[in-house]
Amino acid sequence: MARRVVITGLGILSSIGRNLPETVESVLASKSGIGILQHLDSPHKDEFPFAEVPWSNKQLLELAQLTDSLGYSRNSLLGMIAAREAFLHASLDKLPRLRTGLISATTVGGMDRCELYFNDFITNDSKNKYIDVYDCADSTEKIADLLGIRDYITTISTACSSAANALLLGARMIRNGQLDRVVAGGTEALTSFHVNGFNALKILDKVPCRPFDANRNGITLGEGAAYLVLESEESASIGGREIIAELAGYGNACEAFHQTASTPDGKGAFLAMERALNISGINSSAIDYINAHGTGTDNNDIAEGLAIERLFGEKIPLVSSTKPFTGHMTSAAGSAEAILSILCLTHEIILPNLNLKTPMPELRFTPVTELIHESDVSTVMSNSFGFGGNNTSLIFKKVSNPKFQIPNTK
Amino acid sequence: MSVFINGIGLISPQQTADPALFLPDVMEYTADYLQVINPNYKEFINPIAARRMSRLIKMGITSAKIALADAGCQMPDAIITGTGLGSVEDTEKILTEMNAGEQLMNPTPFIQSTYNTISSQIAITLKCHNYNSTYVHRTFSFESALQDALMQFEEKVAANVLVGGIDEMTWNHLQITRRAGHWKTDPVNNLKLLSYHTPGAFAGEGAAYFLLGNERCLSTYSTLRDVKTIYNREKATHVEDAVKTFLSANELDVNQLDAVILGYNGDSRYDGLYDQLGSGIFRQTQQVWYKHLCGEYYTSTGFALWLGANILKHQLVPAAVRFNNPNPDRLQHILIYNQYQNINHSLFLISR
Repeated sequence: MARRVVITGLGILSSIGRNLPETVESVLASKSGIGILQHLDSPHKDEFPFAEVPWSNKQLLELAQLTDSLGYSRNSLLGMIAAREAFLHASLDKLPRLRTGLISATTVGGMDRCELYFNDFITNDSKNKYIDVYDCADSTEKIADLLGIRDYITTISTACSSAANALLLGARMIRNGQLDRVVAGGTEALTSFHVNGFNALKILDKVPCRPFDANRNGITLGEGAAYLVLESEESASIGGREIIAELAGYGNACEAFHQTASTPDGKGAFLAMERALNISGINSSAIDYINAHGTGTDNNDIAEGLAIERLFGEKIPLVSSTKPFTGHMTSAAGSAEAILSILCLTHEIILPNLNLKTPMPELRFTPVTELIHESDVSTVMSNSFGFGGNNTSLIFKKVSNPKFQIPNTK
Repeated sequence: MSVFINGIGLISPQQTADPALFLPDVMEYTADYLQVINPNYKEFINPIAARRMSRLIKMGITSAKIALADAGCQMPDAIITGTGLGSVEDTEKILTEMNAGEQLMNPTPFIQSTYNTISSQIAITLKCHNYNSTYVHRTFSFESALQDALMQFEEKVAANVLVGGIDEMTWNHLQITRRAGHWKTDPVNNLKLLSYHTPGAFAGEGAAYFLLGNERCLSTYSTLRDVKTIYNREKATHVEDAVKTFLSANELDVNQLDAVILGYNGDSRYDGLYDQLGSGIFRQTQQVWYKHLCGEYYTSTGFALWLGANILKHQLVPAAVRFNNPNPDRLQHILIYNQYQNINHSLFLISR
């Protein structure tokens, strides 16, 4: 019998809050983080809305209680702040050390510094301390150093499913007895690199994203970081801490179809969800809510919607995409949405799919559009699909009698 | 449960793309960095698809296909890639355009710059819907991919796993990372790499895919027993102890090792770690080195694993890679030890 994997800490920093308590406040008020760019200097700032973290790098350095002597990318700063919140939330700083790992996800690493200083990198030595922050491992090692994590560290990059795959790997390593605790999640700073790239693909919506709307026209890019502390049940029982939820299932599948598109019927999405159900041993009828990938692109939402219909048949769970809250946090989306899904369990709510006016005629179901309170939700699925057809689904279960305390970290 | 290396595809600065050959001749270069010998990619990739692909993607698909053919496997149960840098060429193309104030119009470089493109392009080529992932952690990239693969076998969800390590170098990236002190500042004769005694490594590149299976077959090279990474930012780890712990976890003693493959890269600041082991616990052991043949890159242990697996298969340590001269006549167990700047260390154990 494989070990159960439980969650003991959450940390999140996004356009809707600099920590977990602020995030809870925002979602309970159905408050979106999408707005006008303040910090990233992009030629597209007037053309598209963004879900930017409303703090400058200088403010983030202060939040992280750091100076820039080592050279920090925005990507690292976001990750360090959110990972530390999760670490402290789980009281890992106060407990005897067990085998602890860090599995972090990012898609462009320290590109936020690299794109600013690329010309200097080529022509002079003035920005040399930022050269090594370019790769994907840099933010992971900075987080590991901050938290003193040494037993296992790695970085995953599977585009927009990166953080979901970080959680998947963490869960597997605990189930297989290789680690007792894992801090897993993802971090992503908005970059011109991403903005220009997504613009070249013509999939940025000129208004805040409208997942599952008949008139949807693309994504709204966001940024931020989110980490969860995963533990074996045995490890979690140390120190009289609260267990927040259980990570009960995970599934990874590949579309193997096209580098940037889903199959029309969402084959990869279907397989990822089906595999997650199989691993968890949970019947599809027991899933109460799906936090959909729901990017707002034409292609994703129809493929994902049809895959949900095919897998769940007559009993389609409540569905919503929370990307209108946080924007698409790309490599951090998987862990940010895992946290939002878990908040549904702990707060007995279902989060709304904001900005949805005209349901898609192709789908039999309509996502939830208003916040539902006092829901008896006990099992949720969170989908994350990425370029390259890297699709991952996660299943979270309510634990009996959770006495979830939102830490007062404000 | 044993895991077997049943097929290998390696594209490197040496003539390695044909799995039937094992280092017949060694290529000598005097260069700023080593580049791979490009096979005729058209033999492996549809030319229409290949036209849009950057070199790294072609290297990945081709080496993966060679590994699959070598093992006689059509459809792996998982595809897992490690790449420290992904497509440097595509990323630079975008940054250069942005630097010139141009609007990015062609999305292809952006799509290909995404690190998971290699794994996903292999999946597209094979129409493989199975588990697919990509690790991007410096010199842990290939190691993490292998650890994931080994776990797939432990979980009994896979019978065959395609796992690779792949990185490229470009002139531009070499120049930039030279500023950060990674590389030697002048051209190097690769076969005389250890005669320079200067700071900085000698850069290279390569693509190595392995087909791992849960059964021994005609094409089997060796078993892959264990892979470990050690993050050593504080330099607190004593390498000799780490090696002993790793071996004893695998119920082996240093004396039972028939060869050890060491990651000498010519950097006078860090090669001493290998010297200490070589004159210490590995004094009696056949020592092997390899980075003079492929250069230093984040996934160079792919080359080392190819080398070790072939040494076991052919029961032969080629003269070009011998670091000392015990030249054992029987080769059963090989340890691979690599470190980058004494921060990221990795250990592999393979057996016949």
